Amino acid sequence: MEIQRIGQLTGVYAISASCQFGTQLSGKPARHLYLTRVSLSDFRNYRNCSFTLDEGSAVLTGRNGSGKTNILEAISMLSPGRGLRGASFSDLACLKGAGGWTVSAHLSLNGDHVTVGTGQKPDVARAGQSSRVVRIDGEQASSSGILGDYLQVLWLIPAMDGLFTGAASERRRFLDRMVSTFDSAHRTRSNQFERAMRQRNKLLEMGERSERMFEAIEAQMAEIGTAVAAARIEALERLMHYSGTPVANGHNGFPHAVLALEGVLEQALQERPAVDVEDDYSHILASGRDRDRGAKRTLSGPHRCDLIVRHGPKDMPAALCSTGEQKALLIGLVLAHAKAVKDARGGLAPLLLLDEIAAHLDDLRREALFEEIETLGAQAWFTGTDREAFAPLRSRAQFFDIDDGTVTPMEGKDLPGPLPMRVG
Amino acid sequence: MSRKAAGPEIEELIALLGRMPGLGPRSARRAALHLIKKREQLMRPLAAAMAEAAEKIVACAECGNLDTISPCTICQDARRDASLICVVEEIGDLWALERAGVISGHYHVLGGTLSPLDGIGPDDLTIGKLVERARQPGVTEVLLAFNATIEGQSTAHYISAELENAGITISRLAHGVPVGGELDYLDEGTLAAAIKSRRPL
Ligand SMILES: [Zn+2]
Repeated sequence: MEIQRIGQLTGVYAISASCQFGTQLSGKPARHLYLTRVSLSDFRNYRNCSFTLDEGSAVLTGRNGSGKTNILEAISMLSPGRGLRGASFSDLACLKGAGGWTVSAHLSLNGDHVTVGTGQKPDVARAGQSSRVVRIDGEQASSSGILGDYLQVLWLIPAMDGLFTGAASERRRFLDRMVSTFDSAHRTRSNQFERAMRQRNKLLEMGERSERMFEAIEAQMAEIGTAVAAARIEALERLMHYSGTPVANGHNGFPHAVLALEGVLEQALQERPAVDVEDDYSHILASGRDRDRGAKRTLSGPHRCDLIVRHGPKDMPAALCSTGEQKALLIGLVLAHAKAVKDARGGLAPLLLLDEIAAHLDDLRREALFEEIETLGAQAWFTGTDREAFAPLRSRAQFFDIDDGTVTPMEGKDLPGPLPMRVG
Repeated sequence: MSRKAAGPEIEELIALLGRMPGLGPRSARRAALHLIKKREQLMRPLAAAMAEAAEKIVACAECGNLDTISPCTICQDARRDASLICVVEEIGDLWALERAGVISGHYHVLGGTLSPLDGIGPDDLTIGKLVERARQPGVTEVLLAFNATIEGQSTAHYISAELENAGITISRLAHGVPVGGELDYLDEGTLAAAIKSRRPL
């Protein structure tokens, strides 16, 4: 993967996910983080389900609606946050169960075995509470944030297909999730900023005239908001650490993306020290009170930031690219992120959850994806309806048949047929 | 209608106990049963203590603490350092700091924090009284011992602006108090460290 800062002051970075395709095909890279067992109870359509696996990637196939994505969602609950669907915890419980749910997994972490588990008790779930229990080796943790110390989980799901063409808020969420994988306090700071902003919006709505009241709240917004923006920039700069030249399009099937942050604080931080930007933002808020009163909400700040993505080789906004190119860009972006997380965590590649990805790629890109993941040394979790799409993984991954709440390992004749030999 | 297991007096006792924080219906029944069994050793003395407390407890007109006298025992204690006022959100915070024995001076209980979302503005808190006390001769420092929440920190900012021209030192707890960690829940060592490493705003 290579990242290059294109403009010194503009905050534009080029990212490419080429992991020297082909150089490590001979030796299987060691995986340092992988799940060896996954157990679900009363989670979505699973009453009681448990299966084991080794360090290889996993391929889950089955009809639509059989519950493949639910397995990925369960694994995503082993990371901080609300998982890949962003669901409420109380909505995760199986309708036939008592109202609670649990997900637990054994993981192999640099050779150590760790048990992580999470869930909601039935009474808590029924009360619609937004908290969940997290246990590490049987010990209850004080918050789900600690999960990030053990495993990082990245995902790519069909709902993200419209990322480049959809609302800025979706891209901001995508960005902030990436930032959180490098900076575990980012999530807390973002929530605090949100809270402070809601307090200010309430003042605007009430027509509050006390300057001092505004100043008290705006001081918090400026301090925390600047930290939020700085963490976003730092995340991109962390990627920049691996700078190189963007590789020509087609090198590995995934074109490099050129990223920029469009936001009042993010742009200011490219040019000025954080203390000055914090002051600037205080002034922006103070002088914008009349305008914001009219709108009854805060119109400028890190909550309006957008992640601007361009197709590097074509030098074209991602939103104007074809659907297929957008998909390739997105995969490239997630692979680049995975590589950055791996290097930030001393060689621990994150788990990758790739929902319905392989089916929409041509043979060349599909194989390129498999190779990227192999080189990365990540345990990837693929889902699909068509087993044959995963034929190249026949000897490298573990196949499971998913059927209405059951997970069955497949072997021998059930595996996809061998492909004609491809000469690398 | 459901059948009643006991007469109205006992039902009433259970219902009232069930309104205590931390007591659900099941534990309220257990507490009621315990009281009834220990009528002489526990129930009557408790009832008497409660009646007396209900009769005598008042909010201190100076600092907002609860006591049976006003000014309260702390405000009247001549051995305390009159130059320092430690401002807290709630009485529970005052109790926590007293338990830890880390404040040599006097207190001021604000009665909450500024929170427009909850409809709480400056006039709903005892900020006016605090400003009056802080301007009294002999006061040299106001320590804002608030929780590290948005509301706690906004309130600290607001009060320090109000006290800007009072000619005193305004300090706050050092960072390190956990975010949103309520003072009431901190152990004494952590509280002592936070007070010790306070710094001027
Ligand atoms: Zn008093």
